[in-house]
Amino acid sequence: MEDHHDNHVTSYAQNFKILFVLLLLTISTILIIKLDLGPYTVAMALFLASVKTTIVLTYFMHLKGEKLILRLMVGGVFLLFAIIVIITFIDYYFRII
Amino acid sequence: MNNQVSAEPLNYLNHKTGLWSWLTATDHKRIGLLYLYAISTFFLTAAVLGLLMKIEKSSIGPTIMTAQTYNALFTLHGIIMIFIVVIPGLAAVFGNICLPIMIGAKDVAFPKLNLFSFYVYITGACLGLYSQFANGHSPDAGWTFYVPYSAEVNSNIILALLAAFTLGFASILTGLNFIVTIHRMRAPGMTWFRMPLFPWSLYATAWIQLLATPVVGITLLMVVAERTLHVGFFDPKLGGDPVLYQHLFWIYSHPAVYVMILPAMGVVTEIFPTFSQKPVFGYLPIVFSSLAIALVGYFVWGHHMFTSGMSYESRWFFSFITFLVAIPSAIKVFNWLSTMYGGSVDLQPPLLYAISFIFLFTIGGFTGLTLGAVATDIQVHNTDFVVAHFHYIIFGGMGFGFFAAMHYWYPKIYGRMYHIKWAKIAWGFLFTGFNVLYFPMFIMGIQGMPRRYYDYDPKFQLGQTISSVGAVIMFIGLIAMIVNLVYHVRRGAKAPANPWHGVTLEWQIPSPPPHENFDEIPVITREPYVFDNPYTKEK
Repeated sequence: MEDHHDNHVTSYAQNFKILFVLLLLTISTILIIKLDLGPYTVAMALFLASVKTTIVLTYFMHLKGEKLILRLMVGGVFLLFAIIVIITFIDYYFRII
Repeated sequence: MNNQVSAEPLNYLNHKTGLWSWLTATDHKRIGLLYLYAISTFFLTAAVLGLLMKIEKSSIGPTIMTAQTYNALFTLHGIIMIFIVVIPGLAAVFGNICLPIMIGAKDVAFPKLNLFSFYVYITGACLGLYSQFANGHSPDAGWTFYVPYSAEVNSNIILALLAAFTLGFASILTGLNFIVTIHRMRAPGMTWFRMPLFPWSLYATAWIQLLATPVVGITLLMVVAERTLHVGFFDPKLGGDPVLYQHLFWIYSHPAVYVMILPAMGVVTEIFPTFSQKPVFGYLPIVFSSLAIALVGYFVWGHHMFTSGMSYESRWFFSFITFLVAIPSAIKVFNWLSTMYGGSVDLQPPLLYAISFIFLFTIGGFTGLTLGAVATDIQVHNTDFVVAHFHYIIFGGMGFGFFAAMHYWYPKIYGRMYHIKWAKIAWGFLFTGFNVLYFPMFIMGIQGMPRRYYDYDPKFQLGQTISSVGAVIMFIGLIAMIVNLVYHVRRGAKAPANPWHGVTLEWQIPSPPPHENFDEIPVITREPYVFDNPYTKEK
């Protein structure tokens, strides 16, 4: 149990690196609005949000140190939500073109 | 309390006494009973509302109520039945009572969270009822709360939305509890494929509860934000998209149909082998069809929106996926029938209800294909055909599944037997009344009778009258069943540990079960449906 706990300890340096990456992605999300991507703006913003979520789950929520089955379960959940969002937006896309 | 001298051996019903011991109970069986009593009360109330609506429609023009009262009654009937009765129904009652015993555990993984879920459920149910009467404005946006109407109308919409949100929370917590229980608390030796099929169906259901419910919770909060802060999510005047609301609502509410029906499928899957004294036919196909229904059921929500202005491409996509759900459902029906084939069939009340389930669910399923096909759906959309279809699925499926479970596990829950002959008579009334009530609605729907209408064209008179007679017959059966079950809780003959000669773990412990189910956690060494136990040999 203790070994398992030890696997989850991360250094301050690593945490700050991840924080930096997350802030960078947040700024990118804001800047994306300034680019003229039309209907793809939301898709791009959602993609960046998904990357940030993956980083938070992997490092801050220690999914990296968990068993494969748990990682697959969490991955499956996000895949399901991704498919649902894509199906919904496909309808939206076909209605506006 | 344990020092009390009692004529009966200590069990979960008598190991502690008094109202407080029930209100603070963390024993999964007691919490299951709390759900049972609450849900039964709500069910009976909504059933009376349904009967009154049918009496109203027995003749043309005003019969016993005004049009406004009729509108309020069908809204209240829908909200109580959907959100308070059938969505939590089987999983909360029989999942709680049976799941830990059937997997060889002493309780669920989080007993206190389980009790908390019950109180969240009660809070949501009370909020829902309060929203119907507070300030003299009952919500009139229907149980689907479609925008832009629900974002603008001046009634208790926010209260009703918060009620649905709260009830959703109870559902999420129960689902989470069951998933962890099944993953972490199975008895030694109970591998995934040695687990009985009712827990499997609860497992598939729990994932839907956990993943789909938050979507509707957030959606309902978005409507609240739109009403109070005027954020333009759905209202076109604010730049929103009303079809987006329907997407988000049905992303949850269609899988919710499987939250209702999957546990009922699990119940009848337990009943067929027991009353045929034969292993279940096709254990693995039943397991995987449950998972397939849960998975594919996520992607069919758009068939509720064929007439809502959805894109042409999405319509054919959702229609195609809807037809795919028929495959795992048909696999189950085939397996149930094959389980009975060649078995030593004993037509006891639980089996009568289980066979009725197949009959009614199949009719509901086939008529569902009519609604899943875009061309025919447009013809019968918003007619009585839809009402008949979902009552065949929800009442014929979940309702009869619930009655089957009640008659199957009743001796285990109370340690008493109900009157078998009365139970069969009550079933006869219920089954006959059900079909006389709902089948004419298919025909009237095809003829163009709109749903939710207070009055109707004279050409529907005969069908409406037959349907109303069916409602009365069914209600007589319902009362007969309830009286039989309630009366024998204390006065019934003592039930043996295994009255039906079942083989799953709940039948290997005393009736009623002890407080913590097992003196020693059992070690499982074989598959769940092997009929060579001592009880069968006695038979």
